[in-house]
Amino acid sequence: MSDPRAPIISMRNVSKFFDDFQALRDVNLDVRLGERVVICGPSGSGKSTLIRCINRLEAHETGEIIVDGTVLTDNPKNLDKIRGNVGMVFQQFNLFPHLTVIDNLTLGPRRVLGLSDADAKARAMKYLERVQIPDQADKFPRQLSGGQQQRVAIARSLCMEPRILLFDEPTSALDPEMIAEVLEVMTELAASGMTMIVVTHEMGFARRVADTMVFMDKGEIVEIGAPEDVFTAPKSKRFGTFLQQILNH
Amino acid sequence: MKRLTICAALMLLAGCSGNWGWYVVDPTTPKGLINLKFMLNGMYYTILLSVTAISISVVVGLLVALPGLSPKKGWRRFNRTYVEIVRAVPILVLILWVYYGLPTLTGITLNVFWAGVLALALSDSAFQAEIFRAGIQSVAKGQYEASQSISLSYRDTMRFVILPQAIRRILPALGNQLVYMMKMSSLVSVIGMQELTRKANELIVSEYRPLEIYTVLVLEYLVLILIVSAGVRWVERRLQASEI
Repeated sequence: MSDPRAPIISMRNVSKFFDDFQALRDVNLDVRLGERVVICGPSGSGKSTLIRCINRLEAHETGEIIVDGTVLTDNPKNLDKIRGNVGMVFQQFNLFPHLTVIDNLTLGPRRVLGLSDADAKARAMKYLERVQIPDQADKFPRQLSGGQQQRVAIARSLCMEPRILLFDEPTSALDPEMIAEVLEVMTELAASGMTMIVVTHEMGFARRVADTMVFMDKGEIVEIGAPEDVFTAPKSKRFGTFLQQILNH
Repeated sequence: MKRLTICAALMLLAGCSGNWGWYVVDPTTPKGLINLKFMLNGMYYTILLSVTAISISVVVGLLVALPGLSPKKGWRRFNRTYVEIVRAVPILVLILWVYYGLPTLTGITLNVFWAGVLALALSDSAFQAEIFRAGIQSVAKGQYEASQSISLSYRDTMRFVILPQAIRRILPALGNQLVYMMKMSSLVSVIGMQELTRKANELIVSEYRPLEIYTVLVLEYLVLILIVSAGVRWVERRLQASEI
């Protein structure tokens, strides 16, 4: 952990099946502390499955995933330790609709981290300010725009103060004019040194923010490298075609 | 047409047909007032019986519903077995079995009230379990995933995230069950529970006016249940106003 070059996430030959369908094929991926990884690929390529394996929303069948020195298994103790370190932002936000924004944010800190109500609230307000919506604290999620909801969801993850944040297509459910405000918050997070793995098709964001670009197809990592390299000279034909399709539409 | 129906009903109830003898429950006469009070006395046990039974059955129903949602086959099988067996027994049969059968089997004798509560709660719990299961299943998968992603325990996930949402959705069904329980509590009269129906039957034995007394009984249930229904709708509106 003291060695900054040692990977904080390490995936070795990870495979995952949904019945007969192989969602992940022998995936190998290392992520260093503070690294920003962007994963792209056509739908069904396994990119969401890949990051959902990291906090075990999906269980991998073979291979090994090590997060911050802990091997990912069904052992509840290990799982709690890993999930405490890994936050996740979902495509559909998944805010708790019956709770106000502030209650969405304080639930984890109060019940999981054991913070007092006052401390949890102070922490929640700190992160709401960071995502620039402290004035929405007492509203219910349905009263907010999509972009605001996603920013609340990011703040909810941050309240647990994770070392790694996973983003599963965070802007795919948003109207175009709201994508920018969410990407702005994510860019700011990246600048602050947060370790991030982002599944997205926002290539502009990838170019600006990513240290490592990963392209997946049919459950495999087809291409991996620095964005300036992979964007200018894709090694595989599949990635080239994919980029053409995304950039031309 | 509507007016005609109301007129006919009023004439019937006013005793114009000649077959009615309202004196038996006429509150302006001393005898009628005593009879009416005697009947209304049953209200206390009807309410106490059904409310106690439903309170227990909600808790038992939830405890039976949760294993039904487990990924483990054994737990789900327990849920199915419980629901199928309990649901198959008629309430009246269950009441008789608990009151007359259970003491012989276990040596524990329950008084009429608790035998009634146990039978009603047991019978209703199977239905509550199905209602809860459907309600919990209606909550989106993303809510569990979001809870897991902030390391919330299973208990806290249920308590703070899933059940508050599920209960809002199943409230109309829970209201139906409460009304149903109030009506089914009349069956406990067969083992001698002094509730509305029993009181009516006892009065008929001495007064021999079943038509009037049963009509009053119908009205008693009607008023009771209309009040309960209005209460349930009020709670529903309040919960809906607060969110979703």
